Amino acid sequence: MSEVVEAELGHLEHHEEEANDRTLFGFWVYLMTDLLMFSVLFACYAVLHGNINGGESGRQLFEMPLALAETLILLTSSFTCGIGMFMARQGKKTQTLFWFAITFILGLAFLTFEVREFAKFIGEGHSLHGSAFLSSFFVLVGTHGLHITSGLLWMGTTMAYTVRRGLTTHIVRKLSLLSLFWHFLDIVWIFIFTIVYLGAVAWPS
Amino acid sequence: MSVKELLIGKLNWEALPHEWFTIGGTGFFFVIAIIIAVYLTRTKRWTWLWKEWLTSVDPKRIGIMYFIAGGLMLLRGGLDAIMIWLQQALGSSNMHGVLGAQHGYLTSDHFQQIFTAHGNIMVFFVAMAFVFGLINYIVPLQIGARDLAFPFLNSLGFWLYIGGVVMVNMFFLFGGQYAATGWLAIAPLSGREFSPGVGVDYWIWSLQISGIGSTIGAINFIITILKMRAKGMKLSMMPLFTWGSLFSMLMAVTVFPLLTATLFLMFFDRQLGTHFFTTTAGGDPMMYTNLIWMWGHPEVYILMLPAFGVFSEVVSTFSRKRVSSYTSNVLGMAGVSALALSVWLHHFFTMGASADVNAFFGVMTMIIAIPTAVLFFTWIATLKGGRIRFETPMLWFLGFVAIFTIGGLSGLILAIPPADFQLHNSLFLVAHFHSNVIGGVLFGIFAGINYWFPKIAGIKLNERIGRQAFWCWIIGYCLSFIPMYVLGIMGATRRLDHYDASTGWQPLFIMMLIGGIVIAIGTALQLAQILASVIQRKRLYDTTGDPWGGRTLEWSVPSAPQSYNFTTIPEVSSRDQFWKMKQEGLPEPAYEDIHIPHNTAAGIYISLFAFLAGFGFVWDIIWLIVVSLVGILVVFIRRAYNENSEYTLTAAEVRSREATRKEKIAAQRKEALAAADEEELSLWGLIKLVLAYGLDVVRKRKWRTW
Repeated sequence: MSEVVEAELGHLEHHEEEANDRTLFGFWVYLMTDLLMFSVLFACYAVLHGNINGGESGRQLFEMPLALAETLILLTSSFTCGIGMFMARQGKKTQTLFWFAITFILGLAFLTFEVREFAKFIGEGHSLHGSAFLSSFFVLVGTHGLHITSGLLWMGTTMAYTVRRGLTTHIVRKLSLLSLFWHFLDIVWIFIFTIVYLGAVAWPS
Repeated sequence: MSVKELLIGKLNWEALPHEWFTIGGTGFFFVIAIIIAVYLTRTKRWTWLWKEWLTSVDPKRIGIMYFIAGGLMLLRGGLDAIMIWLQQALGSSNMHGVLGAQHGYLTSDHFQQIFTAHGNIMVFFVAMAFVFGLINYIVPLQIGARDLAFPFLNSLGFWLYIGGVVMVNMFFLFGGQYAATGWLAIAPLSGREFSPGVGVDYWIWSLQISGIGSTIGAINFIITILKMRAKGMKLSMMPLFTWGSLFSMLMAVTVFPLLTATLFLMFFDRQLGTHFFTTTAGGDPMMYTNLIWMWGHPEVYILMLPAFGVFSEVVSTFSRKRVSSYTSNVLGMAGVSALALSVWLHHFFTMGASADVNAFFGVMTMIIAIPTAVLFFTWIATLKGGRIRFETPMLWFLGFVAIFTIGGLSGLILAIPPADFQLHNSLFLVAHFHSNVIGGVLFGIFAGINYWFPKIAGIKLNERIGRQAFWCWIIGYCLSFIPMYVLGIMGATRRLDHYDASTGWQPLFIMMLIGGIVIAIGTALQLAQILASVIQRKRLYDTTGDPWGGRTLEWSVPSAPQSYNFTTIPEVSSRDQFWKMKQEGLPEPAYEDIHIPHNTAAGIYISLFAFLAGFGFVWDIIWLIVVSLVGILVVFIRRAYNENSEYTLTAAEVRSREATRKEKIAAQRKEALAAADEEELSLWGLIKLVLAYGLDVVRKRKWRTW
């Protein structure tokens, strides 16, 4: 009898494993499609960043210390997210929640900086209507910010479910997708930092 | 902002239908909806419809729903085509216009909306629907899978497509107008400055919603094909339709994100006042042209590759031979897909790129002919020495060879930049494009439907009427598109609602209109073909599951397949696995527990909210946008954290289902035997039957009991 049960359990486990495998692979493909969306925005920025329409250019506008701070915050959040994932795989619920909470706070801090930067630009009269450069800047960086926002929303939801259900296979799967998403956004940000912020200094338009 | 603006945004009474064609269209839609609603209520089928079909996650049912929606849209887009032809036939003479039009019977603005809608509907809501329908139904069966990788996402993708369908028809149902910009809404014409109405917004959101659905679907099929093949089936053993679908879907995930991003940017330009594609403040309209064609060109190949796959299956089956040069065929498709991503610029040679750039893209375009020719040679090699049967799927294949070759060769002419400077924007281009999408995509779909109909419905299709439909399409095609080539070379520009009478072109335009009518008759015959087959189903029952002597796994299961496709998933060791199984003796069925996903309405709700959000964006109704976006989030989160999405069908239940099925097939076999002597229903016979039935209904007042 126990053999039958074991075989049954093995079958179920196999079924779950296959589902895990498929979900991860599918999510990777989704990330690639998302990357292609970003590539369009990057291409637009590359083409349009010199069209400042008599306004100010990136070099005059951007504050490098702020961008650097944002970068460091986001990179750190990726690190804490990694630790959180490590804990989740070991089934340590409290630690998982702790590290993801830190990640959440860092993400929120990043977002706050970004919103403040946007508000400052708009307050100074450099809104996205101003020029093609400003349009492409706001939309590229803003899309990343929107992704961060949805990442935070996702993180909050998953943490709430983790509290309620514990680290079930299903929840751990969600966490691993979330961490992939978070690292992905980190990589996109590195490109934004390099091309948009450093680029403004390196290749003045 | 006034209260009215807060509540209903830009909406107003004037937006509601008030022209003869919008009122007519709205009325027609409502009459159809009421008839369907009455029928469902009378037969008490609402619950059945909801539980068995609309919320289904079975790819076979979703496939059938794609077919139905795509078929309806084909009629809708076809009506547009006839209206265009009629306008040009009337508008190329000195005759004074009627119905308030200067020329012909349509105002130029209305005419522009029609050809825009025609293009969008045919590419997005007809061809895509049929292609996704075929892939949904056939690919899991061909690779020995019970389901797709993500059944819920499949349902979501389908419903997003339906959201797009409704959105593209909204200007009829609800009001406003449609885009008058051509099917790709090239900037800056589609910008706020030159298209201030809601038409382009409807365009943006119908494509956006259905396009996101396509991306989701494509991801799903890729994972399904790569991860869920039966044990032993290596990539090099996959049936060619599956290969074609895989390439097509790989292209789709590569280019649909570009469409999504581009549409968002266009939306920002229109609603938020950004300057991506504007002519002012440093915007660059050429960016738009590049981006939209980076998606637009591969899109045609996304439709074409599954059709190539269908033809490979059809040729092999109806020659009773395995496909010759399987590897070359796969490489041919790979080559076409890879090259298709690097030719987009040939759509705008005239727009000022340097000669070197034009030359590069011209050469790339011509090179595509090579892998395509490889495909043709593999089909010819398959035919050689085969025992060829000329049944309808094969006829569609032969029609494809003729027409697609014409289309391909005219494409080579267009690929030469200096020649393109003459032919650009002429009817020659329109003729070229339609040769490829009608001769290639549509004929491929028709071949596929005729080929797999027995599998899907359990009955073979009527051959006689099918053949007549085929000949109508071929003759109609020649009548309507060969004059178009001629007109194009003579300099007729496309997208015009009238041509001066002094050109003397009217006879050719009338010929095109006649061709269009012949094609319409062909379409009607296809519907008649299905009707005749259903009426005479006893004679046409497919009781074997293998009506054509097939070679691939989809023919190894009974027609129509059970919801779980296979009782036991076969172990694969050959390209023509089913053929091999037939030679070696079919295995005894074994029964096992099967995991089946629960049906879910989440896809419907998400799509409904997406549609409402789009509608809010079109008419600037902010509260509606906010509510809808929150709605999408809530439904999605609830669905994503639902761990209880599957149930188990035990081996005993599977056994009893199989037994019931066997009894049913045995009964069908008896009926088929009794009906074997019946003559195949002819068109005339069908008409007489339908008339007699109609008379009967009226005489006996049967409609009262309805």
